[in-house]
Amino acid sequence: MRVGVFICHCGRNIASVVDVHWLKNEAAKLKNVVFCEDYIYLCSEPGQKFICEKIKELNLTHIIVAACTPSLHGETFSRTLESAGLNRYLLEIANIREQCSWVHQNTPKIATKKALKLIEAALAKLTYAKPLTPLRVPMIRKALVIGGGIAGIQAALDIANGGFEVYLVEKEPSLGGHMAQLSETFPTLDCSSCILTPKMVEVAHHKNIHLFTYAEVKNIEGTVGNFEVTILKKPRYVWEDKCTGCNDCVDVCPVIVPNEFDQGLGARKAIYIPFPQAVPLVYTIDLENCLNSKKLIVCENCFKACGPRAIDFLMEEEEVKIKVGAIIVATGYDLIPLEALPEYGGGRYQDVITSLDLERLLSPSGPTGGVIRRPSDGKIPKSIVFIQCAGSRDPEHGRPYCSKICCMYTAKHALLYKHAVPEGKVYIFYIDIRAAGKRYEEFVQRIVEEERVLYLRGKVSKVFRKNEKLVVLGVDTLTGRTVEIETDMVVVAPAIISNNGGKALAQILKTPIDEFGFFTEIHPKLRPVESPAIGIYLAGAAQSPKDISESVAQASAAASKVLALFSQKRIALEPIKAEVDVKLCKGCGICVKTCPFGAIKIIKKKKKKYAQVSKAVCQGCGSCMGACKFRAINVAHFTLKQLFSQVDALLEG
Amino acid sequence: MKLAYFPGCTLKTTAKKLETSALAVAETLGLKIEELPNWNCCGTVYSLASDDLIKQLAPIRNLARAQSFEYKTIVTLCSMCYNTLAQSNILVKNDGEKLKKINEFMSEEEDYRGEVEVKHFLTLFKEFGLENIKKIVKKPLSKLKVACYYGCLLLRPKRIGIDDCEQPHILEELVLSLGAEPVNFPYQVECCGSYHTAVKPEIVAMRAYRILENARENGADLVVTSCPLCYFNLKDRQRDVKRLYAGFKEMPVLYFTEIMADALGIT
Amino acid sequence: MRLVLKSETDVLKKVEEISGQNVFSCYQCGMCSAGCPMSEEMDLLPNQVIRLLQMGAFDEILGSSTVWLCASCYTCRARCPRGVDLARLMEAVRLIVLRKTKDDYIPPARMVKEKLPQIALISALRKFTR
Repeated sequence: MRVGVFICHCGRNIASVVDVHWLKNEAAKLKNVVFCEDYIYLCSEPGQKFICEKIKELNLTHIIVAACTPSLHGETFSRTLESAGLNRYLLEIANIREQCSWVHQNTPKIATKKALKLIEAALAKLTYAKPLTPLRVPMIRKALVIGGGIAGIQAALDIANGGFEVYLVEKEPSLGGHMAQLSETFPTLDCSSCILTPKMVEVAHHKNIHLFTYAEVKNIEGTVGNFEVTILKKPRYVWEDKCTGCNDCVDVCPVIVPNEFDQGLGARKAIYIPFPQAVPLVYTIDLENCLNSKKLIVCENCFKACGPRAIDFLMEEEEVKIKVGAIIVATGYDLIPLEALPEYGGGRYQDVITSLDLERLLSPSGPTGGVIRRPSDGKIPKSIVFIQCAGSRDPEHGRPYCSKICCMYTAKHALLYKHAVPEGKVYIFYIDIRAAGKRYEEFVQRIVEEERVLYLRGKVSKVFRKNEKLVVLGVDTLTGRTVEIETDMVVVAPAIISNNGGKALAQILKTPIDEFGFFTEIHPKLRPVESPAIGIYLAGAAQSPKDISESVAQASAAASKVLALFSQKRIALEPIKAEVDVKLCKGCGICVKTCPFGAIKIIKKKKKKYAQVSKAVCQGCGSCMGACKFRAINVAHFTLKQLFSQVDALLEG
Repeated sequence: MKLAYFPGCTLKTTAKKLETSALAVAETLGLKIEELPNWNCCGTVYSLASDDLIKQLAPIRNLARAQSFEYKTIVTLCSMCYNTLAQSNILVKNDGEKLKKINEFMSEEEDYRGEVEVKHFLTLFKEFGLENIKKIVKKPLSKLKVACYYGCLLLRPKRIGIDDCEQPHILEELVLSLGAEPVNFPYQVECCGSYHTAVKPEIVAMRAYRILENARENGADLVVTSCPLCYFNLKDRQRDVKRLYAGFKEMPVLYFTEIMADALGIT
Repeated sequence: MRLVLKSETDVLKKVEEISGQNVFSCYQCGMCSAGCPMSEEMDLLPNQVIRLLQMGAFDEILGSSTVWLCASCYTCRARCPRGVDLARLMEAVRLIVLRKTKDDYIPPARMVKEKLPQIALISALRKFTR
């Protein structure tokens, strides 16, 4: 064993606290160390070249780099070893920056001694290191996309167009998501369904896409390259392959209920399609509202009216099992309920509506045919007060974050309303106008200037009813004056919250969500579309509030990650896996219960029970190693022997 | 090329010094300048209202007169005259309707065609060539540190400004060519308080104090300006400044043409 | 007192007609107030004058000294990122007031009695009297 130790200054980050010169001399005296040197930036090109040359020149066999955290440059130095012909697992990094110089700035002498300890500990661990080879397993080159909104649609199309099969799962009866509900989109004022519907149809007809609507992901097992997915198909009570979308059933259905797609502002029957452009164009019976139940059929109107005999009240839910190599989560968002914002009279006054409600009122296919009528009496409002940041940027009562899209859609709403009612007056309460996007600021300013929209900088304290009007009390902090407005309608921009099904899905996926239920990425800047669970990618508002263009961009990014993964037939896995010592194992099964990935099974061979690890599933977390009473499990590269030696070295002296 | 000189009221009375020195300098430089015959008040302040065209008559009549005497250019010394004439000129150049109406009002004049150019003496000197001026300097103003004060109306609005409205340097360049040293002077484009001198002299005194102190902090020996009103506010209001701010020391204020005349050896 | 906001007033239309400016072009960045040489003397900041115009609260401006302290120095105009000519808006408000009343804002008799440059007196007369 011929160890080389390389100490990095990290500019002044390390060298201004740790006495690197002393450290170099001391480390050089350690057992098996044949070379020790310090350098200003080891991660730089010349720094790496220096390590590489010394390995070759002095026949070094093991390397210690004393520098920053391995999560930052572990990969960099592993590659340096490989380029010098050494196995990448014969490297140890002593973190003398985050764990030393940064946290002991005021005690440089102690920091210097600690740095030496960290090098000693790294050396102790390295002494028992073994060269390892990555595992290569076959990859299933098919993808699962969860969520059929614009992000899911885009991701599915990109992967399918790349030549790979995609399973697209949507919980609602139709594809489209929230984008299908929107009237026009900012800042171009494209009609939302006009640009979305062609993509929905393309999904439905794509030979590489298997579409599951009215379905949910029930379970996921396995790991990147080899996920086993269980999809639950909810019963539509209408056979998709027989239904022609003729509408005869709807005509005869006697039950009328509010249509969720129209935010409850319009009506549908118990057998329905949510909106005319629905994909697939297949009817669904909402059995909760239908006169019939599974046990008792009292109305057969639709059944009789259906020419192709597509209706089947005996339909059961169905489980479908599929195998995929990668998963994209595109489950979208919800809005904070108006009832959570009592000061605005939400839920109490019919004419206090949400921005999404207004989208339906503005939509030509909406409940009012695109005429803005207020819900209470159907009158066209002569003025509208918009309230932005309703629950957003409000850690006390709502969410601390900015919902990001409200500034833009509110400006758009103001414009669409003024186009429909030119003499109408628009007031918008805002805290800041956040219009950071291509041509967004120009859009907002044009609307203010041309449509003479009065933005009031401040919050609304109260909305109450006075005869047929709503009175809005608020403030304009620019003038320092409280204001009062009598208006016909109030439109609230509720905080965007995570999809309420997201939490359960995160558990199924074993991937983290933040405290607000949004899916977490591995690195917000440099790996923004990858979840920490390898092989699971994120697209759209499931991750954080996003507008359409951002969702589409992220969906394409996630799809390109999947395509890059699928460019190979086999997948290389880290060899850092649990290994069972059959001689020591008693087959007690504690490890089976501890493993968060279900990678361990107890098997019986020659009358002996013992644990067996599936290398493809194991993530090398080490839970089993910690739990095993018999010290029968070791994780490669982090064996008990390595860790104990490391700890002993730290505690010595 | 003949140049019409438009003096304006103040140049014939309280700012006589400005006219005398400027015309002497122009003569020394060999510029052919003739006082516009029959000139009238420039209007003093440019009307900022769209609905009373009548206030544009005074400036446009002067331009029409210059045109009738076949002058292509009218030059001014007073910043206010320059500003009013130049802004009105642009107004009618860009709006044929308004020009037509104004011409109808002035039936005794020939119709103004919007072709006369309004110029300030500073621009004229720059066009003459600062290098040429340098050559004929007889008594270089060596070691004299000069703060060049522009005020508002030579520079703003931008479309009539004779130089950049935030960082002008035409006066500095001129001062340099006279052998003097222009000092850094951040307050050189700050308003002096203008006509408020007639109603709220104390506000103007406060403005003057700030501007003059800024010049002093930057080591100026004196301040030069081109506007008779700025000159009055910065110079004569120093009486009031002294009352308001104990310990204030007087700062000499001169027209830029006065130091030019000195340097060129004109007595 | 709470400002009761109503639909646009005729007087705002008049202000915009005289000034040729759209008050809704202003996005209240405050550049005008930051650079105004007179803002220290004013009871409303220049940007607040536009703000109150946007809000249709003309009466709030009437009692203020701000429009009368504006010396039309054009600093705000030169710097406004939205190209609003505030000097023209100030002039419009002054004119609306002067045209409505029978009195001068400051009669010549109350002007200073010292020897001033003619342009000082004439401008003051133009700005403060009918």
